[in-house]
Amino acid sequence: MTKLNSKIPKGNLAEKWTNYKSHQNLVNPPNKPKLDIIVVGTGLAGASAAASLGAMGFNVKIFCISDSPRRAHSIAAQGGINAAKNYPNDGDSVYRLFYDTIKGGDYRAREANVYRLAEVSSSIIDQCVAQGVPFARDYSGLLDNRSFGGAQVSRTFYARGQTGQQLLLGAYGALSHQIKTGNVKLYSRREMLDLVIVEGKARGIIARDLVTGELEKHFGHAVVVATGGYGNVYYLSTNAMNSNTSAAWQIYKRGAFFANPSYVQIHPTCIPVHGDYQSKLTLMSESLRNDGRIWVPKKKEDAEKIRNKQLKAIDIKEDDRDYFLERRYPAFGNLVPRDVASRAAKERCDAGFGVGNTGLAVYLDFASAINRLGKDVIEERYGNLFQMYEKIVDENPYENPMMIYPAVHYTMGGVWVDYELQTTIEGLFCAGEANFSDHGANRLGASALMQGLSDGYFVLPYTIQNYLSKDIKVPRMSTDLPEFNNTLNEVKERLNKLMSIKGTKSVDHFHKKLGHIMWEYVGMGRTKAGLEMAVILIRDLKKEFWSDLRIPGDINGVNTELEKATRVADFIELGELAALDALQREESCGGHFREEHQTPEGEALRNDNDFMFVGAWEYKGEDKSPELHKEELKYEAIEVKQRNYK
Amino acid sequence: MNLTLEIWRQESPKAKGRFETYKVQNISPDCSFLEMLDILNETLIDKIQSPINFDHDCREGICGMCSLYINGRPHGPDDDVTTCQLHMRKFKDGDTITIEPWRSKAFPVIKDLMINRNAFDQIIQAGGYISVTTGGVPDANSIPVNRNDAELAMDAAACIGCGACVAACKNASAMLFVAAKVSQFALLPQGKIEAKDRVKAMVAKMDELGFGNCTNTYACEAECPKGISVSNIARMNREYMCAKVI
Ligand SMILES: Cc1cc2nc3c(=O)[nH]c(=O)nc-3n(C[C@H](O)[C@H](O)[C@H](O)COP(=O)(O)OP(=O)(O)OC[C@H]3O[C@@H](n4cnc5c(N)ncnc54)[C@H](O)[C@@H]3O)c2cc1C
Ligand code: SF4
Ligand code: FES
Repeated sequence: MTKLNSKIPKGNLAEKWTNYKSHQNLVNPPNKPKLDIIVVGTGLAGASAAASLGAMGFNVKIFCISDSPRRAHSIAAQGGINAAKNYPNDGDSVYRLFYDTIKGGDYRAREANVYRLAEVSSSIIDQCVAQGVPFARDYSGLLDNRSFGGAQVSRTFYARGQTGQQLLLGAYGALSHQIKTGNVKLYSRREMLDLVIVEGKARGIIARDLVTGELEKHFGHAVVVATGGYGNVYYLSTNAMNSNTSAAWQIYKRGAFFANPSYVQIHPTCIPVHGDYQSKLTLMSESLRNDGRIWVPKKKEDAEKIRNKQLKAIDIKEDDRDYFLERRYPAFGNLVPRDVASRAAKERCDAGFGVGNTGLAVYLDFASAINRLGKDVIEERYGNLFQMYEKIVDENPYENPMMIYPAVHYTMGGVWVDYELQTTIEGLFCAGEANFSDHGANRLGASALMQGLSDGYFVLPYTIQNYLSKDIKVPRMSTDLPEFNNTLNEVKERLNKLMSIKGTKSVDHFHKKLGHIMWEYVGMGRTKAGLEMAVILIRDLKKEFWSDLRIPGDINGVNTELEKATRVADFIELGELAALDALQREESCGGHFREEHQTPEGEALRNDNDFMFVGAWEYKGEDKSPELHKEELKYEAIEVKQRNYK
Repeated sequence: MNLTLEIWRQESPKAKGRFETYKVQNISPDCSFLEMLDILNETLIDKIQSPINFDHDCREGICGMCSLYINGRPHGPDDDVTTCQLHMRKFKDGDTITIEPWRSKAFPVIKDLMINRNAFDQIIQAGGYISVTTGGVPDANSIPVNRNDAELAMDAAACIGCGACVAACKNASAMLFVAAKVSQFALLPQGKIEAKDRVKAMVAKMDELGFGNCTNTYACEAECPKGISVSNIARMNREYMCAKVI
């Protein structure tokens, strides 16, 4: 019944990737410069892919929205990157990283992909060190590690609280090197607005120059979309303001299946919302849970007094504090996976124990770590995060515990890809957060950076080559082909249509409204009735958007409102698909919690008999229902269990 | 809070710019500076006027995209923060705030407060990296790095490429930015191999792109949101001298 072929290589799990690499087809050096590859996105996935493909000799064109590739959203990652190096000698291995990732993902990820990820993780660290990434070191000069949620070993490498920045600058350096050698050409302040398909294969893109407003046609023998996640469908999230789903959404509408859009990660440690003018939420890295303890008052009266500012956190005696994660999950304590920690915080706040003015906050307390290790050590470990917190909240976290609350952070769902990271459109690949591949229904901390770099440095360079080996006789195509012109005209029409609505409401108005619907009904706790409501509300919102949107200014030149409008138009449609996906998944797993499906203790209750599949949606046209395809997940190396962090 | 804003408006790179005056009302002191501009923009859109264009993305002080010159200081009156991390509690009710783009020949204005900083990318492309390609590198722990050097390298690597140092400098010099990258690699064993070529190529590119000379006034360090130290400039000068001599 399904059109999905995940192309998992034969052989034992541990041998699949080696087998693949030994038998794949190659492109010989003189042919590489004749083959053009378009890479969209300069985050970890896109920059590392373009740098690697360029170095191999392919002719690469890379695109990003920002003025410089170095500013991609990956720059904001704080905590660290996992790798199965076992440097601390605490029992880590490729298998254990693989196992933790599958279990953390609540048994909804593809075994073969995850194993490969764990397998190449170690090379990523080697690569980054060779590039001069200044990872933290111990006094002997060797690399230091910390622990992250969902693991009982220390396998996270970090560069203070700026790991994403340092890794991205490493990849940006490699990319800059290839730009200098001429193998890669950079197109910044460009936004991909559509995909060009010629005879069933991806052959190019339509991009808008965000300075002149001009639409451009670009040819590529293959196209890689590495445009990041769709967390901003919730309006408020920890994602950067320009993070968006438009490239992924447009390829969906051209035939790439979109998988598991309901799998969204809500991160437990973010600075709580403080006002309706708020434009984004700030993450406090998960690494803080190494030394911070999460609690709320045991007594409702105390919580109420704190909310009314009659009491402060430090007034609450030790015995009157409920360290609810340590209480519920003694084995993992404050280091349970994110979905578990977020739900537990929400449960306490919903039950009336929340703190802060709104009651939608819990404490993250460093007092015992400061007593044990001294303020200096804590400052060295988390100084920049503490400073960031103080600048935003105007309170000193060395003296008062931080206040935190869950916020939308990461999207496990994304464009469906096979083992080669190829989408259901031939010649179109998808990497990084934009694809759905490795994290199942919940991602473990420090694994997104690992995945992005694995995709870009170590997977795509092989798999794209395998694909292009069949294309060596295909000459560069002219962008005057009707396929290019027709797609360009469709984009033009879409932009003109947006400009000509001339309604009364700004883009942000609609984006905020969408965000409210998504957070309320497609957020941390979902119900059938709520999801059905969300679908209705989003459809109404879409009508309102297309009849009452106002974009001042001109279609030519810089027009940031027009840019936002194209993105929000796509977010609205994606929001509906996420709700539909959540509706069909009659179980709770990872970040997807259906209130109807929980254990008596309130833990997520999976239904492996009926839902052990990847839900991949096929676009069927405007006003038609999308079709769900199921990729069955088979676990051969792992015994599937109910997750238990107790 | 109620505030008066004097904001630089410029239609396009070649157009002549001018200051325009706007009023905003009922701004919460907990609001960030950019959120205050969002509020202003919503009122402009309400009046079918073109909103004020400014660059921003992460809004947490790390992407280096935001770049406003506020009351005569890059990134405004607070120390060690980027524009996006500046909060309205740093201003007083009734204040008049002047907002301009970075002003430097090497960073031309695109529109309003938005500038073109491609020059920084070009300096990095000239040699601001270690030229390893993917694969074939040694095990990470086979290159031990003295912890102190690693920490100093990280201090330098914290630069976000915002350009405030250039905007703060009366000569519009990019020395702090370049020195930070040169230092990061000069401090690490992996970076030493290409150190000489790197510093020469980056300095030559900086000069070519129209950045000014460094006359040691240290305004850059004072305004750098990431506390990049001018000691990096001294290190770069040493590296440069060595590279030229040998
Ligand atoms: C605050 C924060 C902290 C995090 N911390 C960690 C951590 O400690 N460890 C960890 O493993 N993960 C972390 N993550 C997650 C991780 O950072 C991201 O998942 C990852 O960086 C995504 O990388 P990417 O390359 O897929 O996409 P991105 O970095 O999002 O890059 C997307 C790129 O695509 C471009 N783009 C988008 N749309 C278009 C278009 N239409 N046309 C042209 N270009 C386009 C953008 O300009 C950008 O260059 C964190 C995330 C956040 C928000
Ligand atoms: S040195 Fe400081 S001011 Fe200059 S670009 Fe880097 S972070 Fe910005
Ligand atoms: S918006 Fe990223 S540093 Fe200010």
